[in-house]
Amino acid sequence: MSERATDPGTGDADRELTMSRAMVDAVAAEMRADDEVFYVGEDVQDYGGIFDSTEGLLDEFDRDRVMDVPISETAYVGAAVGAAQAGMRPIAEIMFADFVGVCLDQVYNQMAKNTYMSGGAVNVPMVLTTAVGGEYNDAAQHSQTLYGLFSHLPGMKVVVPSTAYDAKGLMHAAVRDDDPVVYMFHKRLMGIGWMPAPEGPKTPVPDEEYAIPLGEADVKREGEDVTVVTLGLHVHRAMQAAEQLADGGVDTEVIDLRSLVPFDTETVLESVEKTGKLVVVDEDYQSFGVTGEVVARVAERAPDSLEAVERVALPDVPIPFSRPLEKEVNPQVDDIVAAVESVE
Amino acid sequence: MVSVNTQREMYEQMVTARRYEQRLQEEYLEGKQPAFDISAGPIPGELHLAAGQEAAAVGVCAHLDDDDTVTAPHRPHHVAIAKGVDLPKMTAEIFGRETGLCKGKGGHMHLFDPDVNFACSGIIAQGCPPAVGAAMAADKRNEDSVAVAYLGEGAVDQGAFLESLNLAAVQNLPVVFVVEDNDWAISMPQDRVTDVDTPADRAGGFDMPGVRVDHDDAIAVYEAARDAVGRARNGNGPTLLDVQVHRRMGHFMGDAEAYRPDEDSERAQRLDSIERLADDLRAEGIGDDELDEIRDRAEERVEDAIAWAKDQPEPDPAAAHEDVFVDDTTAASGGED
Repeated sequence: MSERATDPGTGDADRELTMSRAMVDAVAAEMRADDEVFYVGEDVQDYGGIFDSTEGLLDEFDRDRVMDVPISETAYVGAAVGAAQAGMRPIAEIMFADFVGVCLDQVYNQMAKNTYMSGGAVNVPMVLTTAVGGEYNDAAQHSQTLYGLFSHLPGMKVVVPSTAYDAKGLMHAAVRDDDPVVYMFHKRLMGIGWMPAPEGPKTPVPDEEYAIPLGEADVKREGEDVTVVTLGLHVHRAMQAAEQLADGGVDTEVIDLRSLVPFDTETVLESVEKTGKLVVVDEDYQSFGVTGEVVARVAERAPDSLEAVERVALPDVPIPFSRPLEKEVNPQVDDIVAAVESVE
Repeated sequence: MVSVNTQREMYEQMVTARRYEQRLQEEYLEGKQPAFDISAGPIPGELHLAAGQEAAAVGVCAHLDDDDTVTAPHRPHHVAIAKGVDLPKMTAEIFGRETGLCKGKGGHMHLFDPDVNFACSGIIAQGCPPAVGAAMAADKRNEDSVAVAYLGEGAVDQGAFLESLNLAAVQNLPVVFVVEDNDWAISMPQDRVTDVDTPADRAGGFDMPGVRVDHDDAIAVYEAARDAVGRARNGNGPTLLDVQVHRRMGHFMGDAEAYRPDEDSERAQRLDSIERLADDLRAEGIGDDELDEIRDRAEERVEDAIAWAKDQPEPDPAAAHEDVFVDDTTAASGGED
């Protein structure tokens, strides 16, 4: 981490930003501070990123620092790996996480492994940004989060902001990190005009720079009865569920993981040791993924504390197109409420 | 030479495809005005419309039978119509209904109609390898069917396309790669992403014929495709066909196209391959009455398909758990509780 890293806390910021504005705020600050930082992707120049991830950067920076490139992910993601190994700090964007399939080798065999395979002789200080998530009927090839896939493959750090405040702090930390960091932003949270965000992700964001250390979960709501561990869009659904449950006298603790690699086991353990009941909510496929990992960590370290456990995730099916089908598989507020009630 | 009858049929398919996209646009925007919210309105999800690209669809598919395979990308409706995909069922799929081609699971980027060997994929260039595979199957079985892979010009920088060209060439497979060059990869013009003049030039690197039709004239496409499909069917290997088309609407509905110069949008509106073919038909002695009749018939077909689709039920949520495997009792390991 850079010496510039500071965390002023939630502070008394008086401006509220959407998640995309906060993300760009951090990218622009890093580019301003360091000529070695540049952004590369598809439609990141004049379009400003399909999900507003680079909107405004071209007003301040040249086209050789905000680079539109051919639809050749293998080439440009791999080029970012090479530039990073040469000492630069590239940020490369894969428009949808689903598209990682066309360039997976550069991600998991090169970017993620070169540090280890070289015995630490080289490192890859790059950020891989990508849009994740569904709930707008974009079907099986444009709606996945793939949180578990990226986190399973060793060698890359993985962060998932759920608020504007975190989006800025995690981006600062990601760019300054000496390892590759996958920065997964949920489309539904970005505050895009044509895809309204739910209540929650738009937050106060301080003007000054701050980094949120990777691997620190955030307790969004303290509660005594049941622990809900989640991330991304479902942080906001869990908060809604917690409000509903409170009306019925159930006091729910909600933990936003924020970072999957590294993983904040301690915060989860402390909560489960208090409540004894764990519900893990994830917008990724259920099997072999995030929910199983969270449960396993708790079961290994605090088996005696764990009285009851539930997982709420996508069943192991590709994400369907039509509205009733997508709603059936993507965890809704009611599903979270039901899971909490079933363990409570 | 192209017979008047063929020209008339191509015209009817083109006006059907154009009308279809116009009507889908209207339906899609219902509930999305004045504020565009992708989640509102009767048609779920994204929508990529192909108005202005009809000539590339009908000029090639006119040479194909049901046994021939076509793969299309995320902008597939005009190609599907030209290939003979069931229009009411396709429309029901786009509206997310139970009786759609794919039971509401696929949506407009993922349409499958095995009756006419049509499929599309939402990931650009990724239809190329399966088209090569269909051609490989025909080759191994000594059948004379061919495969056609459609893609946009933005997709020619993908490995899946370039690798497919090489594989089809070295195996001498019956494939035609059809690049629809609409000048825009979402917001990126070609000269920003490649130094190669035209998509057709890529063929040279694979010792394959590359043919450019540099205006979207349905008859010129038809003639170029006759040669390309004929080569494939006669065992003379693949061809790369590259057709200049025009994107009359945004990349997707909701794309404000702020990046696009006004004169370019105006040019796309002005250069209309349907009007060009209508002029050709008039020159052949077809009267305006008959052209009107064709247009009326096309409009009626589109209206019928949309009306039928909107009358269909939405799927039962429980169906979301079916079709992962051929045998649904092969339960997904963890998602059942």
